[in-house]
Amino acid sequence: MYALKWKEKVCATCTSAECLLKCQYISFTRHDEAHGEMMKVVRGEDSRVLHECATCYACEEYCKRGNHPFYLISERREGRGMFTAPRPITNQWKNMTQMQGKYMVGPVKDKVLSCCFIPDLGILGTGEIFKDVASAVAFGAEFMCPAVHTHFARMSVIKERLPIVIENLVKLGVKEVICLHDECYGTFTAIASAYGIDVPFKPIYYMDFLLSRMREMKDRITPLGIRAAYQRPCSNRLIPDKYPLVKEILDLIGVELPAREYQGENCLCCGEILRSISGYKLADDVQERNLNDMVQTGAEYCVFNCPACQSSLSEKVAKKGLTPVHIINLCKMAIGEKEREAR
Amino acid sequence: MSDILKALIEIVGERGVSNTPEEIWFYSRDPGVLTPHLPDYVVAPRTTEEVQKIVLLANREKIPVVPMGNGMSLTGLVIPLKGGIVLDMKRMNKILEVNAMARYAVVEGGTSQGVLKACLQEHYPQLRHSIPDAPPTTTIAANAALHGQGRLTQQYGFNSEMVTGLEVVLPTGEICLIGSPSLGPYWFSRGPTMPDLSALFLGWLGTTGIITKIGLRLYPNKKIRDVELFVTDRVDLIPDILYKLTHLEILEDVNVWFQPKPLMFQGNFHITLYFTGDTEEEITFKRRMIWDALQEYMDSKDGGFMSVQYMKEMLMEMPQRGIADFADVPKGGGFEYSGPITILSHFPQYAAKVVELAAKYDVLYASSARLISGGHCMMFSISFAFNRNDPAMMTRVKHALDEATAFALEMGGIPWKPNFMEQKMIMEKMDKNALKLLLMIKKNLDPQGIMNPGNWEVNT
Ligand SMILES: Cc1cc2nc3c(=O)[nH]c(=O)nc-3n(C[C@H](O)[C@H](O)[C@H](O)COP(=O)(O)OP(=O)(O)OC[C@H]3O[C@@H](n4cnc5c(N)ncnc54)[C@H](O)[C@@H]3O)c2cc1C
Ligand code: SF4
Ligand code: SF4
Repeated sequence: MYALKWKEKVCATCTSAECLLKCQYISFTRHDEAHGEMMKVVRGEDSRVLHECATCYACEEYCKRGNHPFYLISERREGRGMFTAPRPITNQWKNMTQMQGKYMVGPVKDKVLSCCFIPDLGILGTGEIFKDVASAVAFGAEFMCPAVHTHFARMSVIKERLPIVIENLVKLGVKEVICLHDECYGTFTAIASAYGIDVPFKPIYYMDFLLSRMREMKDRITPLGIRAAYQRPCSNRLIPDKYPLVKEILDLIGVELPAREYQGENCLCCGEILRSISGYKLADDVQERNLNDMVQTGAEYCVFNCPACQSSLSEKVAKKGLTPVHIINLCKMAIGEKEREAR
Repeated sequence: MSDILKALIEIVGERGVSNTPEEIWFYSRDPGVLTPHLPDYVVAPRTTEEVQKIVLLANREKIPVVPMGNGMSLTGLVIPLKGGIVLDMKRMNKILEVNAMARYAVVEGGTSQGVLKACLQEHYPQLRHSIPDAPPTTTIAANAALHGQGRLTQQYGFNSEMVTGLEVVLPTGEICLIGSPSLGPYWFSRGPTMPDLSALFLGWLGTTGIITKIGLRLYPNKKIRDVELFVTDRVDLIPDILYKLTHLEILEDVNVWFQPKPLMFQGNFHITLYFTGDTEEEITFKRRMIWDALQEYMDSKDGGFMSVQYMKEMLMEMPQRGIADFADVPKGGGFEYSGPITILSHFPQYAAKVVELAAKYDVLYASSARLISGGHCMMFSISFAFNRNDPAMMTRVKHALDEATAFALEMGGIPWKPNFMEQKMIMEKMDKNALKLLLMIKKNLDPQGIMNPGNWEVNT
């Protein structure tokens, strides 16, 4: 079984403890307090962090010293037999994402377009932008990144399933896997590396792909001339170096991203996982703050990266007067392939 | 041509009668597991007077009459066990009146759920009726005749309790008005403040008369309907959870279900909670009340709300088609259920029994319980799917269902829409004087024993 590569000394000597000081869900005001709690987690002791962490993934981004605080918290929780979400929900996710031989693979050569286990991604990965790879899809639990189980503190599921997913992709004989789900790319890069799991193909982040395709099709772009707020997903915290791509793509297609409080490192979770973990109070509060923040920027659109965020927030942003749209569809709108999403 | 056939043609016209082998073949069976039996004639009347004439003829000739709606009750209730006439009521499908202010509708005895639903949606969008999850072609009168349950049963009781008046053709041919319509033009009360004579026809499975008109309560149709899905893996907690939920007095409908397939449902008990409101505020308020009522189970990690986003469309369907999909899991589209009415605290025992029976008879189960009248009782369905082309599997399902009924009776429950053998089991167990009364009423109403014979009979 794979184990988390954890550098205890790096934590012990850490003068920032930003992992917890910046945490939006557990309140710490002093370095010694935050650091002390993290060290309890490191030593395998009980800590309020194990009881209060809302699983937002953010400390993976906050720690600038190459450690993986969130994976460790999840490991420790599982080690102590703790559940973040109710047990039946945790098991349901495990069952729902179980490989059952019901997958789909298109005519694949050296590249595959991974749609994870999210049907909506198959619809997004089409048209002129994806014309060379659209049919080379892989979809199903067999190709699903198991990162979601971090939310449920079931790292054992990840350690068990990720090598199989990688093996399944390898069996397709591909050299490159274009990940349409942010979380897949984060899993094949950040999580795999943290656990020393070998990834013998090149994972390609779909926003890199999107940016280069839009540059290639620059002549076809009609700037959209709209203002939008971006809903950054939790999994983007695993790959913070990729965050600037959103702005680059939106700049290219004439979409302005006005500054707002909950963006970048300070972004807020879509709230759905919070709802299943701790109930509606926290989730409603987070969603309300997030949406009001979007509205006050004067944004007309809410741009999504993750279909799960989109499905949990679409109706709510629409009720606030913003049009929900996936970034791929915005690009399709910019090249005239898709009608403007009805407002 | 026989004299009877001629007489029937005289009553309903040539297109309303048949005794051709291909047609009576269809009317000899239902979608359940019971053995078919051929009728002699199928007759489809259009008016109460035609029904009356058919009954008078049947009395004269001493031939059975089996009233039939859509034949979807699954437990052989419209199989003509002793031949005779199957009286297909589907041509009597008119909506006679909707009194929007008094919130009731009067429909003919063969009117389907779908026809009433469509009429209300189009002309009275502020009103609705308690639609069952049966196919929309099933009929309103039949559903009352077997004490059905629908979307509003959790709030207002069995669908038969929503009846506001009846017109019935008695087994001896008299046309009889029951309730307020027997005194005046209004169909607002089935009995009170008089003796409630509707009880002579509701639950009798067509053995005491033919309902030719039925008045039915309508209820407010709120602008927004929403749904939450609570899951737990601890069956022992279900009665308490349901008790807390019904205490809220805000739920439209509550269904508890569990099934081993697909895998995502395995190991958990699911409680689907429907609620309605006229504004977003009302919906939010009710949702919060529901979540607050169950917060303690989330805190203990024993239960939680699952996201319904991907299932919402399916959950919101009325009627829900998911049940029919289940029928086809083993291929061959067969499905039948035993649905005892029982108290909530027995949920864990019934749940264990379903799993035990499915394993013992090697059949696929799905179970769903619908709460009745704010939790005074529930209809616990023990459903098995089967392949109609596999007689061995059908026999196993039949045995499993028989055993389920025996268990329900042992537990003090009441088998719902019992087939003729289950009716016997009920009669064997029931209080002897109550049985005497039941048989006395039946004998008095139907001295010739022509109405749906074989049902509610001791010596079949
Ligand atoms: C997929 C599925 C889901 C179902 N879900 C539900 C549900 O949610 N709730 C529910 O209650 N049921 C449900 N049922 C069971 C059943 O289909 C319904 O109860 C339905 O209302 C039966 O109507 P029908 O017209 O098919 O009745 P039939 O089977 O035609 O008749 C039922 C009984 O009523 C008698 N009868 C018929 N018409 C008259 C009349 N005019 N006068 C006197 N007696 C008459 C018949 O002789 C028979 O005894 C379901 C069935 C299926 C297949
Ligand atoms: S996880 Fe990172 S930020 Fe937190 S204490 Fe350790 S090294 Fe410092
Ligand atoms: S995952 Fe989020 S909530 Fe949990 S400790 Fe890290 S930053 Fe805090």
